[in-house]
Amino acid sequence: MLTESTIEKLRILAESAKYDVSCSSSGTVRSGKKGMVGNTVGGVGICHSFADDGRCISLLKVMLTNYCMYDCAYCINRRSNDIKRATLSVSELEEIVMEFYRRNYIEGLFLSSGVVRNPDYTMERLVRIAQDLRTIHRFNGYIHLKSIPGASRELIKRAGLYADRMSVNIEIPKEESLKLLAPEKDHKSVFEPMGFIREGVLENKEDKKHLKHVPRFVPAGQSTQMIVGATPETDKDILLLSSALYNQPTMRRVYYSGYISVNTYDSRLPVLKQPPLVRENRLYQADWLLRFYHFNVNEIVDEIHTNLDLDVDPKLAWALRHPEQFPVDINKDDYERILRVPGIGVKSALQIVNSRRFNRITSYHLKKMGVVMKKAKYFITCGELTNMFSGPTIGINEIHPERLRPLLLSDKQKKEINDRKQLSFDFDA
Amino acid sequence: MTGSSYLLILMHKPMLVYTFDNTLDGLLSAVFDSFYYHEMPNDLLTAGDAIPLFCDRIHEIHTDENKSKRVWKGLENKLSYIGLSIITISFLSEERDKNYALFSYICKAFKNPNKISIEKNFSDPDVLLCTQTYRRVCYEAKRMKQFLRFQQAKDGTYLGVIHPDHNVLPLIIDHFKDRFNDQSFLIFDAKRKYGYYYDKEEASRITFSEGETLSFDNETGKMNSDILSDNDKLFQDLWKTYFKAICIKERLNPKKQAGDMPRRYWKYMTEKQN
Repeated sequence: MLTESTIEKLRILAESAKYDVSCSSSGTVRSGKKGMVGNTVGGVGICHSFADDGRCISLLKVMLTNYCMYDCAYCINRRSNDIKRATLSVSELEEIVMEFYRRNYIEGLFLSSGVVRNPDYTMERLVRIAQDLRTIHRFNGYIHLKSIPGASRELIKRAGLYADRMSVNIEIPKEESLKLLAPEKDHKSVFEPMGFIREGVLENKEDKKHLKHVPRFVPAGQSTQMIVGATPETDKDILLLSSALYNQPTMRRVYYSGYISVNTYDSRLPVLKQPPLVRENRLYQADWLLRFYHFNVNEIVDEIHTNLDLDVDPKLAWALRHPEQFPVDINKDDYERILRVPGIGVKSALQIVNSRRFNRITSYHLKKMGVVMKKAKYFITCGELTNMFSGPTIGINEIHPERLRPLLLSDKQKKEINDRKQLSFDFDA
Repeated sequence: MTGSSYLLILMHKPMLVYTFDNTLDGLLSAVFDSFYYHEMPNDLLTAGDAIPLFCDRIHEIHTDENKSKRVWKGLENKLSYIGLSIITISFLSEERDKNYALFSYICKAFKNPNKISIEKNFSDPDVLLCTQTYRRVCYEAKRMKQFLRFQQAKDGTYLGVIHPDHNVLPLIIDHFKDRFNDQSFLIFDAKRKYGYYYDKEEASRITFSEGETLSFDNETGKMNSDILSDNDKLFQDLWKTYFKAICIKERLNPKKQAGDMPRRYWKYMTEKQN
């Protein structure tokens, strides 16, 4: 039975879990069944609410316990931190999940835990809860289980039967940095469980070809997370790793989490006044280019451009570096090239290639379809004798990239750049 | 010829207006009549709309199921499944200009000589407007799936009150039936004053008659405290606590929050109620 003390426990454990970014309920469609509660909708999932920080709340993101035997420098729950600790009992957690779900508050559960005793002991308890929810409470909604680094193959194989998605967080992209901040962990303890999950999914796929009834195994694949700005890794390091992960089967999402100075006393970590939100945003944009825009990671970052441009988005930055690729003819060029135009997204690009079979597309049509003409107009030619301003078309090749760049910045951005320049000047003097 | 005299000649063309009863069958009957009489109305209005000043002739559409069935059957050959959904779903929108755009969209689908279905021609203003309306309605239906909140009554029935801009309740009811197939619930549209009651078997449409006392507050969607189940308050408190705890204070971003979860929906949402 739940009491007032449960409220306090839930508060403590949600606050401990909130630095995990992943909350999505995507990747698997399962309709409702008689005698069971819930379904999953697939697509991008359903976000049931948005917290004051603008992040979506789709799953009940909570830790089973925030006691932890590890002392990772970047983590709020490290054992040397003096924070309130709590543990939810199995029945409490299960009742909260079911009652929240029935009230349409959540899509399901995202469960993780601090490591107590040893990885297998902790993992075992997580698996027990997922199993109870599915078999006793007949819960058919979404379950995302965090796999504890270093957990054994058997437990992960068991967890996969009940979870829709599993994740192991890489946290720090380079092993030497990880060793520095979290001496008790190494990359092996992260990549090994990832491999177990992948193995399980592939075996499951193979079984489905031969057998009639095969239990589901992590149908929504796996995800992972990296902290940005806590260690000296460049965007190139991060994106190369993401791209390698996406090339493996079953990896669906890589999340980036701008480092928040939770443990300011630790001298191994930088003291940031503000989490690097712009950098995080640029990394997500680059991630989108990898997943939906057919970009290769080498086109986004290379030896010279090891970090993403903070002032312009990575797609625009690529376009400014490659004036020879433009202008793109909206009425003739293929989908892939249209997709490369800054200001044109997947949706507009599809609309363009569909509509141009009927008649020539002009800038008026593009505007109506939702293309950001402010950006796109420098990179395209379309079905008009002259452009909207009744002059000859002025594109990136006429203006030159270095003079076009300031035209594409907002006033606010220009002011920020100016401030930054002045600041560094003062610093030098 | 000067510009103004050119305009005068254009205006001389008699202006024809169709009026219909604001049902989908009515709209399809209007298409039927338009083809039957070989005429293209300048506007399609509903009963309450103001008649334009220079209107020469008004043709009142009599909704006829035989006509609408014939039109629909014809449409099935002309449009894909999505193209047909654009008609049925954007019709649920309550935007004023959607009727005439839909009417033109259907007419164009019939007149289209091309082998490719008209629904893909986004450079056509009517197709684009209908598609965008369709997207808006679908988007709001999705938002209702996100933001609807149930409260549990003493007898175990759940109640959720919504107030959507478009008439999306028929689009979401199947989702909730599928998801909560073992709980009886009532979803009520406070703006249009009707709802669906699901009794673990089927969902049926219900309305409350004038003067009937509701078991909930129409303004806030809150269930009256005498019938609210005993532990519902506890779960509401738990949810509010969770909602506050999950926010990272260093990253406050009210603009994004209001963009993804518009304020007009907040009044029925548990976590945003006091």
